[in-house]
Order: sequence, then structure tokens, then C-alpha cells
Amino acid sequence: MPQGALAIGLGHYLTVAAILLVLGVFGIFLNRKNVIVILMSVELILLAVNLNLVAFSSALNDLAGQILAMFVLTVAAAEAAIGLAIVVVYFRNRGSIEVEDVNLMKG
Amino acid sequence: MITGLAFYVFSAILLGSAAMVVTSRNPVHSVLFLILAFFNAAALFLIAGAEFLAMILVIVYVGAVAVLFLFVVMMLDVDFVALREGLQRYAPVGATVGAVLFFELLSVLFGWQMSADAPVLRLSQIPSNLQNTRAIGQVLYTDYILLFQLSGLILLVAMIGAIVLTHRDRHTTRRQDITRQQQRRVSDTLEILQIRSGAGVQETGIYRPKPKPKPEPALAQADGHAQISGEH
Amino acid sequence: MLYSIAVFAPILGSLVCGFAGRSIGDRSAQLITIACMVLASICGVASWYNHIFANVPNGTVAIATWIDSGTFHLDWALRYDTLSVSMVAMVTTVATLIHIYSTGYMAHEHSTTSRFFAYLSLFTFAMLMLVTADNLVQLFFGWEGVGLASYLLIGYWYDRPAAARAAIKAMIVNRVGDLSFAIGIALVFFKFGAVDFTTIFANIAAHTNDTYHLFGAEPRAYEVIGFLLFFGAMGKSAQILLHTWLPDAMEGPTPVSALIHAATMVTAGVFLMSRMSPLMEFAPVALTFVTFIGATTCLFAATIGCVQNDIKRVIAYSTCSQLGYMFMAAGVGAYQASMFHLITHAFFKALLFLCAGSVIHAMSDEQDMRRMGGIWRKVPITYTTMWIGSLALAGIPYFAGYWSKDAILEATYAAGTWVGTYGFICGTLAAFLTAFYSWRLLFMTFHGAPRADEHTMSHVHESPPSMLVPLAFLSLGAIFAGWLLHAMFIGDHNAAYWQGAIFTAESNHVLEQIERTPFLIGILPTATGVLGIALAWLFYINNPALPVRLANTFPAIYRFLLNKWYFDELYEFLFVRPSLWLARELWKVGDAQIIDGVPNGLASMAEGGSVQIVRIQTGSIAVYAFTMLIGLVVMVSLFLLVR
Repeated sequence: MPQGALAIGLGHYLTVAAILLVLGVFGIFLNRKNVIVILMSVELILLAVNLNLVAFSSALNDLAGQILAMFVLTVAAAEAAIGLAIVVVYFRNRGSIEVEDVNLMKG
Repeated sequence: MITGLAFYVFSAILLGSAAMVVTSRNPVHSVLFLILAFFNAAALFLIAGAEFLAMILVIVYVGAVAVLFLFVVMMLDVDFVALREGLQRYAPVGATVGAVLFFELLSVLFGWQMSADAPVLRLSQIPSNLQNTRAIGQVLYTDYILLFQLSGLILLVAMIGAIVLTHRDRHTTRRQDITRQQQRRVSDTLEILQIRSGAGVQETGIYRPKPKPKPEPALAQADGHAQISGEH
Repeated sequence: MLYSIAVFAPILGSLVCGFAGRSIGDRSAQLITIACMVLASICGVASWYNHIFANVPNGTVAIATWIDSGTFHLDWALRYDTLSVSMVAMVTTVATLIHIYSTGYMAHEHSTTSRFFAYLSLFTFAMLMLVTADNLVQLFFGWEGVGLASYLLIGYWYDRPAAARAAIKAMIVNRVGDLSFAIGIALVFFKFGAVDFTTIFANIAAHTNDTYHLFGAEPRAYEVIGFLLFFGAMGKSAQILLHTWLPDAMEGPTPVSALIHAATMVTAGVFLMSRMSPLMEFAPVALTFVTFIGATTCLFAATIGCVQNDIKRVIAYSTCSQLGYMFMAAGVGAYQASMFHLITHAFFKALLFLCAGSVIHAMSDEQDMRRMGGIWRKVPITYTTMWIGSLALAGIPYFAGYWSKDAILEATYAAGTWVGTYGFICGTLAAFLTAFYSWRLLFMTFHGAPRADEHTMSHVHESPPSMLVPLAFLSLGAIFAGWLLHAMFIGDHNAAYWQGAIFTAESNHVLEQIERTPFLIGILPTATGVLGIALAWLFYINNPALPVRLANTFPAIYRFLLNKWYFDELYEFLFVRPSLWLARELWKVGDAQIIDGVPNGLASMAEGGSVQIVRIQTGSIAVYAFTMLIGLVVMVSLFLLVR
């Protein structure tokens, strides 16, 4: 058994996942560059979730966490594909993918 | 001990590259940092004992999703000299929101205990004698078959959606229209002309350019006659 | 059997003519209806003969079951007694004559007249149902049916706005009476448990002393019922207060006026009083009211008739006045005299109307007497029949009206009550005025210098035989009906004639007391009649400037009478304007603003709300993402706090 500070418990994993989540959240609304960064931030958030699930799976000795993480991964991939397709089509029609320019749905 | 060290190193690089993803000016840099983040996350998974998932992360996320991101970033010809003014406007509120979120997550983390009968309430116990992959395989296609099929459907839908959204019909290909072909009649294609013996083909009028049609005799009646049809 | 044919033949004619009239043509339509009517009248008179002379007893001819609901049982049935059968005989005969007359009168119409004949036969059927009804609801069916037919026939020329208005007015004023009648029927049902006459009349004595609690008073039930039934009769018979529709009803063709507004429909109210005599005899207060109204009407209508200029309106007011006589008689208990006058009046009033129609036909549709005159040589038959009718109306001895009118006046005198005396005075005055305006009509229409233009005068011609033959028949009735029938109707042995169809209480000896009136009282009506004729001669033959001077000397009275005592204006002010105002308010405010306002208001609220909510859609995905995240954080915080 490793010593104190180097003993990796569930809490460590969860902390890392929490920071990752917050970074992803920041990324969504701190970015002013383009829409693709938003999508990447969403991927980061999903990664944080996966990390959480795997951590719990290993701590509780339960495979269900890993199975769920796999499905989350699947859905994340699908969502990334569609999101990028939308961005591509949008870019074709609008010519720009700056976040502030995406306001055609103004009521 | 090595594990702990490895954990710290990998999580540091992970968090660092995640920060670079959101703050990098060049979108290509952002994608590359995302790839780095994925790799480190895979390493963390390995440390946690989920080796199958780690490999899947590398293959799917890095190999497919991140590459897709890279494709799109390259294709869209994005100008990476971007506006930075907007950053400051939302920064304080965003920081607050993020801080609140982080604080809540931590409070959950530290104010929470495992329930006493947690060891009993498992959905799928990790078998101790099998490899991770084998263990997942045993469970995935039996207990979670429905979810497995559904995720397949989701992928199918995503594929169809992506194609439908981005497909551009160029009208440069010629295709067969079987129905139209089957409905064709002889009269649509063939016309039998009678040719006087010794006349030659000029009379048939099929040469190009065709002669102009003779002008029709105009309905040259005075207006007074136009009303006749109305009365009896 | 004969009886049923008499009642149902007209509806057969009406249905055939009404539905197939277009396809079979005018001539055939007229032939069919007239054939059905002739059949009906033969059967009607035969039924009457059977009942009176061949001793066929009272009875009921059941047709079908109508209502069978809980304790309420009602049948379609024809009542066979003297009252019904006398009315049937009269109605069918007069209606047949008028059908025949109409073929000549309506010959100049532009459109097909099959509709007219269908309506006439429909009316006849409804009237027959009314008089042969064995229960109050069937009577009410006939009541409403004649009202409907009256509406259809008054507004026959529906493209004339005045005719359409008159038809609606008739319907509405009748409705007021009908409402009261219906309430009366309901009260009868509550009191007796049934509405058929046999049951009601059998149980009259049982409920004589029952009372209602009404507005703090305790009137006797029979008084209330009697009053309600009479109010209904007032509407149908155009007595004062509900009379305004009758003069306007002259907008319809003249045969309609003759049939409906002289002989049959307006007499339905009188018939109702006689039919309900078992009940009315035990409602003395109601009877007093009946006499009072009848007397007032007969004088009031006669005064107006003196100054009217439209030939048909004079006769219309005359009808109104004579109906007042009939109600007067019923009110003092002489129902037999009332019915007798009804029958004789039918003959001579129908005759007068048809003669007027003949005159109108001769004068190329001119109805204003001020533009007639000097035609008696040109239309001798019409002139003669008009004289006969007027003589009957004025009660000149031995003509039909003499017997019945004198009987009524003697009855009111003999009654001895204050209303009786009031009735007698009104009646005598009215007799004077009746003779006056009848001869005024005669003289203005037929005598003197012609006031019409050359063109009209050259076209004056006698009517065709289809119009003259009915006139002849009716003249015979006007001359002989009184003399032939008086013994049966009101003579010493009238009880044998009526065979219980009319009930008189033990204290009611009015009919016997008629025999004991003093001689002077007896000749008073005749004397006043002759005076009236003399005065008319003075005013319109001898010194035509006299009426003009009289009108100019008393212009207010003249205008008061000419404008029908301003009843129309009064009702317009009291009822019509407020109703229109209420209707307009309910429409503009109630319907358009309040009721329509609810959905409209909801819609505009939804619209306004959505305009506000739309502001959330900024279109900026940064804001959207931001909002999502903030929402997430809020939810998580809430969860944590609550937990």
C-alpha cells in the first residue's frame, strides 16, 4: 500500500473530474472565438463525466460504471459528429462561425 | 507509489491541456491540446483499472472524434486572429458561476459518505478472475443488450443525420430512372418517314438548322365581327 | 266518418297543392283544393244535419294517441257536439265560397297562386282542428295553426315590406295572447290532472272553491284560469289592447281578410269562451272583465271606423266592433247569443269583405274611398250585395244581424249588472256608429260624383262569375241565416239544440229574460241603426261639405280617431322601443363586447404575452449557453440546499 499523499483514493479522481468539468463550463461561455471550441468544451465535460464513472466503478467494484461510460462515449461521438455537421452547413450558408454571428434565431 | 506519482503527473497534464483547449487562440492548437487531454485521461483510466475503456477512449475519441474536429477546423478556413474584447464582458459572471459549481462539487465530495450496504448493491460485480475486457464482454451482451442495441441505433441516426445535413446534390452525375426507361414507347423514339424514291433526305426536314415555320395567316377580321360568336 | 272527412279533406288539398302545385299547374291546383273543400263542406253540413235532425248523439271520433307520458295522456280526437258541428258547417261553407272567389280575385297575379290555395286550405284545416278539438292542447294546436296560416297569408305578397311587417305584427301580438293561453292550459292541467274537455267538465264542481296564492291575494282558481284564457282570446280576436294587428292585417289579399279576419280566425276567441262555458260560468269576475272589454272594444272600434278612408280598414274595424258584441254576450252569460251572432256575422262580414274585394278589383286595385264614387250603375250586383251585407250588419229588421244583435243587446240589458248596463250603452252607441260608417262606406264608394280618374273609371267592370256566385250565396246567408237559425240557437228550445255543448249555471237566466225586455228597449237598436243611416245620408249625399267642416272644427278629435286612438304610437313607445333598445344593447354590449370579448380577450392576452416572451429569444448562442449553465447551477444548488 502506497503512503499517505500518494495514496490515490476515490476523492482524488473526483477532484480531477470536478476541475475538468469546471474548465469545460468555462470554455463554453468564455470563448468568443468560434463555435467549434464550444463543442470541444462539451467533449471535455463528457470526459469529466466518464472519469467520474470509471472512478466509481473501480471504487465500488461495479462494472456498471464502465458500461455506462462506454455508452456515454458512444453518444458523445454521435453528438460531436452531428454538431460538426451542423457547423459545416452553417458555415456554408453564413460564411462565418464566430459565436456572436450566430443570431439568426432572434425572436 | 509509482501509481500515485503517475496519477499526479497525468492529471496535471490533463488539466493543463484542458485549460489550453479553452484558451488557445489557434483552433488547431485547441484540437491538438484536446488530443493530449484525451491521452492523459486514458492513462488515468488505466490507473483506475479500466483498461478496455482506456483503449476505447484512445481509439474512438482520439482516433475519430478529435480527427473529425481537426478535419472541420481545417476545412472551414477559420481566421484565427479572433476578437478578444468579448472575453472580458462575461468573465466575472462566468468566473462566479464556475466557482459556484466547483464549490458545490467539492462540498458534495467531502460531505458525502458511502452507504453501509454499498458493497451489496452492485449492478454488475467485477469478477476477480477475468480480464477487464472479458468481464465487460460477459456483461455487455447479456445484461445490457438493450442499451447496446440502442446505442447502435443512435450511431445510425447520427450517421444519417450528418450525411443528410451536409450532402450537397451537385447534379453532375447522370443517373438511371428505371421507371421512365420502362415506360418508354416506340412512338417516343421512332418515327417512320415516307421518302419519295430518289428524293434524298433533304425533304424530310430533319436536318439542322430547321427551316423557320411559315407565318400563319392572321385572324385578320375587323373588331365588329368579334361579337358574332357571342350571339345566336 | 263524415265528420272526419270534413275535417281532413282540406289538409289533403293543401298538401297536394302545396308540394305539387308547381308541377301540376295553377288550374289543377285550384281544382283540387276546391274539390277537397266542396267535399269538406258537404260532409260538414251533413254532419251538422245528422247531429241536429237525425239525432246522432254527442260523441268523440278518436284519431290517434298523441302524448302518453306518466300521468299525462292526450289523444288526437274530434269532439262531436253541437258547438263543434255548427262551427264546422259554417267554416267549411264559408271557406269553400272563399276558395271559389279567390280563383277570380287572384287571376291577375304574376306568379303562381298554388301557394295561396295551399295556405287557404291549411288555414281551414287548422280552424277545423281548433273547433273540433276534444282537449285544450289540440285546440291550442289549431290556435297556433291559424296564427301561422294568418302570418303566411297576410304576408303572401312577401316582396311588399308593409305586408311583411304586418304579418310579423300579427304574429307577435297574437303571441302575447298565446302565452297567457298556454299558462291557462298549464293551470288547467295542474287543477284537473288532464286537459281533455270531458274530464274537465265532469270535475268542474269539485274545484269550484279552490284558490291560488297570487301576489298576496287569494283569487279563486277559476277566476285566474278564466282570465288567462280570455286574455288569450283577446289576442286572437283583436279586442282592445291586443287589437293593433287587425287593421294592419288588411295588407293581405281580400279573400284572406274575408276568411280569416272576418269569419273564422278572429272568432276563435269567442268560440273558446263558449267552449269553456262550464268553467267560465263559475268565474263571475272574469266574466265581468270579458263584458267590460267586449263593450269597450265595440264602441272604440266603431269610433275609429267612422273616419277611416281605406275601404278594407273600415270593415276591419267593423269586425273588431262586432267581436266586442260577441264577447259582451258571452260575458253576461248569453253564450248562445254570442255563437248565434258569430254565425250570422260570418256570413255578412265575409260578404262585405268580398264585395269590397270586388270593388277593389273593379277600381283597378284602388282601396282609398276618397278616390272612388259614382260606380253603382256599373257594378250593380256588387252594389246590391253590399247593401244586403250592410243591412245585415246594421241590424235592420229581419236580416241576419237583426236577430243576433238585438239578442245580444237585450241580454246585456237583462243582465242587470253594472257591466251589463255599460255594455248595453256601448252596444247601442256602437249600433248607431255601425250603421253610420257602413252607409258612409256605401255612399262614398258607390254614389256621388266619381272621384277617380278617367282611366280607372273606364275600366270599372263587374266581377267575373267566380267572384259573383260566392257573393250571391253569402247574401242568401246574410238575409236568411238569422231568421232560419234564431229559434234553434237562442229560442225557447235552444237547450235541445245545444244538447249540453254550452253550459249555463243555474243562476243564469239571461236567455229567458230576453223575452221580457220592454218593447222600447227592444226597438232601440233598430231605431239607432236607422238614425245612423239617416246621418250618413245627410253627411255624404245631401251635404258632403258637412263632414269636412266637422273635421275642421274638431281637428284634435278627428286626428285622435284617424290615428286609431294612438295605440300604435303608445305601444311603440312602451314596448317596441324598449325591446329594440334592449336587443341592441344585448347585441352590441352583451354579445359583441362581453361574450365575444372572452375569446378575443384571451387571444389578445396570448398575443401580448407571447410578444413579451419572445424577447427571451435573443438568438445569441452565447446567451443561450450561459442561461443553460446558470440554470444547471441553480438547480444543483437548490438540490443541495433542500437535501
